[in-house]
Amino acid sequence: MSAAAPVRIYVPIDAAALSVGAEAVARAVASEAAERGLAIEIVRNGTRGMLWLEPLVEVETAEGRIAYGPVAAEDVASLFAADFMAGGAHALRLGKTEELGWMKRQQRLTFERVGVIDPLSIADYRAHGGFRGLEKALRLSGAEIVAAIKASGLRGRGGAGFPTGIKWQTVHDARAEQKYIVCNADEGDSGTFADRMLFEGDPYLTIEGMAIAALAVGATRGYIYLRSEYPHAHRTLQRAILKAEAAGLIGASILDSGQAFHLEVRLGAGAYICGEETSLLESLEGKRAIVRAKPPLPALQGLFGKPTVVNNVLSFAAVPWILDHGAQAYADYGMGRSRGTLPVQLGGNVRRGGLIELAFGISLREIIEDMGGGTRSGRPIRAVQVGGPLGAYLTAEQLDVQMDYEALAAMRAMLGHGGIVVFDDSVDMARQARFAFAFCAKESCGKCTPCRIGATRGVEVMDRIIAGEERPKNIAVLRDLSKLMTDASLCAMGGLTPMPVLSALNHFPEDFDRPPLPLAAE
Amino acid sequence: MAGYSAWNEESARSIIASLAHLEGATLPMLHALQDEFGYVSPQAVPLIAEALNLSRAEVHGAITFYHDFRTAPPPGRVIKLCRAEACQSLGCEAVVAELEREHGITVDGAPVGDAMVETVYCLGNCALGPSALVDGELIGRVDAARIAGLCQHGKAHS
Repeated sequence: MSAAAPVRIYVPIDAAALSVGAEAVARAVASEAAERGLAIEIVRNGTRGMLWLEPLVEVETAEGRIAYGPVAAEDVASLFAADFMAGGAHALRLGKTEELGWMKRQQRLTFERVGVIDPLSIADYRAHGGFRGLEKALRLSGAEIVAAIKASGLRGRGGAGFPTGIKWQTVHDARAEQKYIVCNADEGDSGTFADRMLFEGDPYLTIEGMAIAALAVGATRGYIYLRSEYPHAHRTLQRAILKAEAAGLIGASILDSGQAFHLEVRLGAGAYICGEETSLLESLEGKRAIVRAKPPLPALQGLFGKPTVVNNVLSFAAVPWILDHGAQAYADYGMGRSRGTLPVQLGGNVRRGGLIELAFGISLREIIEDMGGGTRSGRPIRAVQVGGPLGAYLTAEQLDVQMDYEALAAMRAMLGHGGIVVFDDSVDMARQARFAFAFCAKESCGKCTPCRIGATRGVEVMDRIIAGEERPKNIAVLRDLSKLMTDASLCAMGGLTPMPVLSALNHFPEDFDRPPLPLAAE
Repeated sequence: MAGYSAWNEESARSIIASLAHLEGATLPMLHALQDEFGYVSPQAVPLIAEALNLSRAEVHGAITFYHDFRTAPPPGRVIKLCRAEACQSLGCEAVVAELEREHGITVDGAPVGDAMVETVYCLGNCALGPSALVDGELIGRVDAARIAGLCQHGKAHS
């Protein structure tokens, strides 16, 4: 072994990277280096978000980090043979990570550290600007923190887009012995994975954001409600909370300020409805996750009836940057009433999928065609669903719309949690409409009739339309049912299920007039 | 996931007691019991109810509301196959059809040997689908042959 410092090699531990073999690559790198007697340090980082290049291995060289990918375990010996530890040439060499087109084009504020640092290293987090927002918050009053969040223009990133600062103000002004901070990490929308990526790649950021919220409103307890489908994120978060407590960042006294903030992760149990905030609160209380009527607002009567801030992961995660760099710096990004950046998740049938953080205002076409490179199958794009299972399906002609809450709402679509799912021309939009109802029927909490019964009726109507039974009459029923569900459902589950259905019907009417198929056997 | 303990009231009681101090302890208890035994035995219902001063109906109601909780022992391996939109766009329904046609495996149907395949909606791997979760590990770009192979593995090791 030479006395020189070991060469640092990054192999992601993000679940998406693991899903295509990152663990085997990490083992191969370790054993190959041992065999060659080379001193290396393997860092298991988060993913950079270029998921089509995973497993993406990076080597730290004098010129910066050099990326190689996608690396299979079988490639590792040849990488060493090509002296990749010094950034040597190889068929998989991509160049300097920071200078890859996909990375250079982004404006990473929330995701600035993801893929860069060792996720569980507090020293790494701090060295890359971590806890500066929290330290600043400790020098401000609660009202001043709330004012900063208001001035930043931050709106809830879970989908509803409600101004975060106004929510915090309500909780701040409420008088109660106990207040709670609840993080909604029930990222159930298909096509979204930003919360998971953030937890696995930079878990302290959300913890810091929640601690700042606690200081702002005077809360001493917090919960992260995480979906059970994310076992990797769960492990990382649990370890991060323990380490943050041990380091005095949270717990009995936030950074020796005398203000307590006790944080716990709680696992969901496979119910999509728990992404709805009142349903989530019921679940945290240990009950069936039945949606509550509002008012009372959770800000006034939330968890266990106490004033509660419920925000999405990405909302909390935006907070430390805002405190650190100033509200105006954040508000300088974006357009119209959508300020700051939006972490877009590009998935489905797309050549280059992953996470793209950009200021609001980029068009869907730039994201899908320029960054995504079109479909993975190579066939033409036919439909794009934006905003999860309750979001609208758009046509290939509609992709010039800008990513902005109001611009999408104007075309009867929604941004949701920023997920984009691409479909090629093999998609049958009548079947997608049927699925929207079937999903709602399976996941409805059952409290209100339009959602509970309407979803099942919707599946039946779609089956008749697909089977070619009295199509004009059944389409009239479909529209009527959709109107009823939109107007009369208690929450967004029933209220928005008609959005994918009607967008499919309105934008792809030809799929509702195909040659009849036998009734589904499902 | 093999390796669950057989139902044992004493250890169930101690799991429940260790979590009773938590706020809203029902779900943590149900998860802990399922982690230990592979399912939530109906015999656990009165134990939880007593520990949390709830009615048995409330505990039963919580168990049946959530898709995750089982009330009978699972087979040795449960494969969760994502069938949400992003995976649909990459042909997960063709995987489901092929499993049935070529391998005799019905998704959400009876176990095949000591394994079963269940539907799940979104595993957060939407750029690398179709995806499955097996023994706590995420697998991207799966096809029917891979899933069928994983079912065989379950059989061989049961």
